[in-house]
Amino acid sequence: MEPVKRPDKNHQLTLKEFPYIIRWRDDRCTRCGRCTAVCPVKAVVPGVRVERVVSSEGTTPTPKVTRRVTSVVRQVNDINRYCTGCAMCQLVCPNEAIEPEWNPAHKFLHFKNAGGDAYKRGGRRNDPGLSTLDMLKFTRISMLTDPALDAGRHEFHLRTYLGRILPPKDLPLVAEGGMLAVDKNADIFVPPVRQIYPIMIGSMSVGALSPAMWEGLAMGVAYLNEEMGLPVVMATGEGGMPPRLLKSRFLKYFILQIASGYFGWDEIIRALPQMMEDPAAIEIKYGQGAKPGDGGLLMSYKVLKLIASIRGVPMFVDLSSPPTHQTKYSIEEAVAKMIISMSMAWGFRVPVYPKISGTKTAKAVLNNLARNPYAAGLSIDGEDGGTGAAYNVSMDKMGHPIAMNIRECYLDLVSQGKQNELPLIAAGGVGKKGNLAANAAALIMLGASVVSVGKYLMQATAGCLGDEMNRCNLCNTGRCPRGITTQDPKLYRRLDSSKVAERLVDVFKAADTELKKIFAPMGRSTELPIGMSDGLAAGDKAIADALGISYVC
Amino acid sequence: MCRLAAITASQYFSPMENIHALETMKEGHDGSGMGLMLKDLGGFAETLKDYPVLSGICSNAGLKALDEFMARQGFREIHMWNPETRPVTGITKRDCYFAKFYDYPTAHKESPWENKEALLLRTRLALRAMGEADESIVVFSFYPDVLTLKEVGDPLALGEFFGLENGKDGLKARIILAQGRQNTNYAINLYACHPFFIQGFGSMTNGENTAFVPIRQYLMSRGVPGYIGYQSDSEVFTHILHYTVRELGFPVTYYKDVITPLKNEETGARPDAEALRLIRQSLRMLVIDGPNCIIGFLPDGTCFAVQDSKKLRPGAVGGVPGKYAIMSEECGLDRAVPDRDKSLDIFPMKYDLVTVPAGAMEVKVWNQLKGQTKTIS
Repeated sequence: MEPVKRPDKNHQLTLKEFPYIIRWRDDRCTRCGRCTAVCPVKAVVPGVRVERVVSSEGTTPTPKVTRRVTSVVRQVNDINRYCTGCAMCQLVCPNEAIEPEWNPAHKFLHFKNAGGDAYKRGGRRNDPGLSTLDMLKFTRISMLTDPALDAGRHEFHLRTYLGRILPPKDLPLVAEGGMLAVDKNADIFVPPVRQIYPIMIGSMSVGALSPAMWEGLAMGVAYLNEEMGLPVVMATGEGGMPPRLLKSRFLKYFILQIASGYFGWDEIIRALPQMMEDPAAIEIKYGQGAKPGDGGLLMSYKVLKLIASIRGVPMFVDLSSPPTHQTKYSIEEAVAKMIISMSMAWGFRVPVYPKISGTKTAKAVLNNLARNPYAAGLSIDGEDGGTGAAYNVSMDKMGHPIAMNIRECYLDLVSQGKQNELPLIAAGGVGKKGNLAANAAALIMLGASVVSVGKYLMQATAGCLGDEMNRCNLCNTGRCPRGITTQDPKLYRRLDSSKVAERLVDVFKAADTELKKIFAPMGRSTELPIGMSDGLAAGDKAIADALGISYVC
Repeated sequence: MCRLAAITASQYFSPMENIHALETMKEGHDGSGMGLMLKDLGGFAETLKDYPVLSGICSNAGLKALDEFMARQGFREIHMWNPETRPVTGITKRDCYFAKFYDYPTAHKESPWENKEALLLRTRLALRAMGEADESIVVFSFYPDVLTLKEVGDPLALGEFFGLENGKDGLKARIILAQGRQNTNYAINLYACHPFFIQGFGSMTNGENTAFVPIRQYLMSRGVPGYIGYQSDSEVFTHILHYTVRELGFPVTYYKDVITPLKNEETGARPDAEALRLIRQSLRMLVIDGPNCIIGFLPDGTCFAVQDSKKLRPGAVGGVPGKYAIMSEECGLDRAVPDRDKSLDIFPMKYDLVTVPAGAMEVKVWNQLKGQTKTIS
């Protein structure tokens, strides 16, 4: 027994301070050791304890005390090895002997700064409440006055545009003999425009994702396009993509991202002469909803041979992308130049658009882009977006909800008459509660042309364990227990890329059906209901007023 | 669902023909309004074709204000037509229904036609704004050779109320649109009554417009005077027509391509596929889902009918050379042109744009999928 005078061993934590407490059942445990082996943070360890056993044999009580040493599974109380609640132990346990239990009274953030290191993690904002998107409902249901469409029978055109769209008066059209023709001699730049599926896969880099995960998504995207007829596009995130894919016919399904570290772009530029297809678009990342004002960091242990070769860097070095583009000092000329440079690289055949994090200043960026004829859109990533690595404070406390940002930007474009010229791409928290199609539809009706989703897909296609209760969220450590965000072959071998592809197809097929189920009763099928805000309502008056939609109760 | 009755003929006829056709479709209108829009006026107005006609309804005070305003603008009234109203049960008479024929202000008499058109539109909008708050002035159209009459009530009763059955001085025209309104979405308001008019384009519809809000926002942000109002979600169809044909200068068949565009994979047979792709991108905010049949006329007197992309509402065209009717129901055709060859009746389908050129000697069916026109006469 410890002496009473120093019970806390100089700030030793009790398990009550931890966000998850392991519930282990001695009676069920077979001591197979799988839980301790699988735990990604070594929060559970095998241990021994001395047990005092009182037994009695014979016809009269003859208590006999024996002491024996027995093996147990024990949760450690090291803050750096806190149980993340991932529940891999529960998953591998053959006998239901162990599970983590959420501890609502934890004081985790009081202590997770040992050594002065601010808490960093992956995942998403830890906010288990309903997002604004999940508080919106579709209330204008057509019935007798304007017959509803039949989602199962009528044709639907669930497509949108990515790229700068010329206003009708600027189109190079000439009327000849009762017919319009495109005037090839007109000195008018017709920007490239892609017709795509309205839900796209948001930026997740090859380095952040494991080869199995990225390959699974890429295969799924190709299948969706070529077998299912759904033109889904996928953004690469920073760091390029495998050279073989760059030179393949599949490049047209991918949006290449350039971010502040410019990683991967040596290889991309070198591959340009061999590209048989143009990419779907170029995304210039200026910000990310999950961590506004924070840069990217790919930890050295993730920079293995493949990643190093794609990014054009040595192996095993930390790859830090600064929070801002170091060479850019103003949107007025520098961003415009970057858009032009990227456009020029592909002969102005590829849409180029910036991505920013949701912010109160989004309208200022928007207005600048609205005046730039080469800007192909604006992607806004709201606070509920996910990330591979960031400071906890950035993820939890920084950012702007996407619903209001998109609404304000759309109405700003309406006031300028440019609502169809600069597509808005909305991201951040889409599918947070699993309502992918409903969230996407709501954003479209608030004014988005395209909806981008990432985190939900990790969960739905690969079983990502993370949630808004800070479960798992180990993406930054390279020890993703699902093999999604790791470069460790031992871990990513757990993931079957074919299964990821199959699940991706499942997800989009189901979302396509659900979108039709939402749009059909509202009588919209020939085009997306972009800005059709009269179909939306909120049960919260303040939200309804802020978004300019109906309040219902 | 509202009922539509349009007739175009080589001879002048009475709007009662349209009203009787509406009467056969009675189950489809609830007395929440009837609109009549006459183009190519006959009778007393045959000699006044060059003079703009201001059609509307005023209170006595509103009429005084209107006259003062028009005088200040320099418009000289040369003729005023008032219906000889008679008491009819269920119809509340307003102070003054009128169609005033004006001569242009001196300063504009020699102006180019475009300037005169702009002046007429500006003037109508100013009058509308003057009387909107207290409903003392309601103006429907201000344009040469076009007269509009609207009121709340059953079409047949309104015909009697306005005395349209009456005699030699009655209203006549070669093109008349009539709509019996079934109020669905919005409060009864005279400005919500079809047909709608702007600068020579008139149209009415028997349906709804599910994408009304973004379409209205798009039109209102075009910077085109006159794209206002929208007490009815169907008013945008008239303005889309005006925007497509007049503002953008597209041939009228592209109205169909704007409101119900082909999918990319459907444009293969169209030689203008590349133009269609650009139009679809650029004007996607104007795509409608209906459900509706839109019937209207163009400044040159061509009448047309077009369906939503799924043909969710009825529409029928039939007649004889010299008189064609475009109706929302076939029984309306039977009433308007009973002695026609019914086997030649046309029921516009989802790819069709049916037009009847001025003079009503033939019908043309333009197929959007093929980009070809078939003439029936």
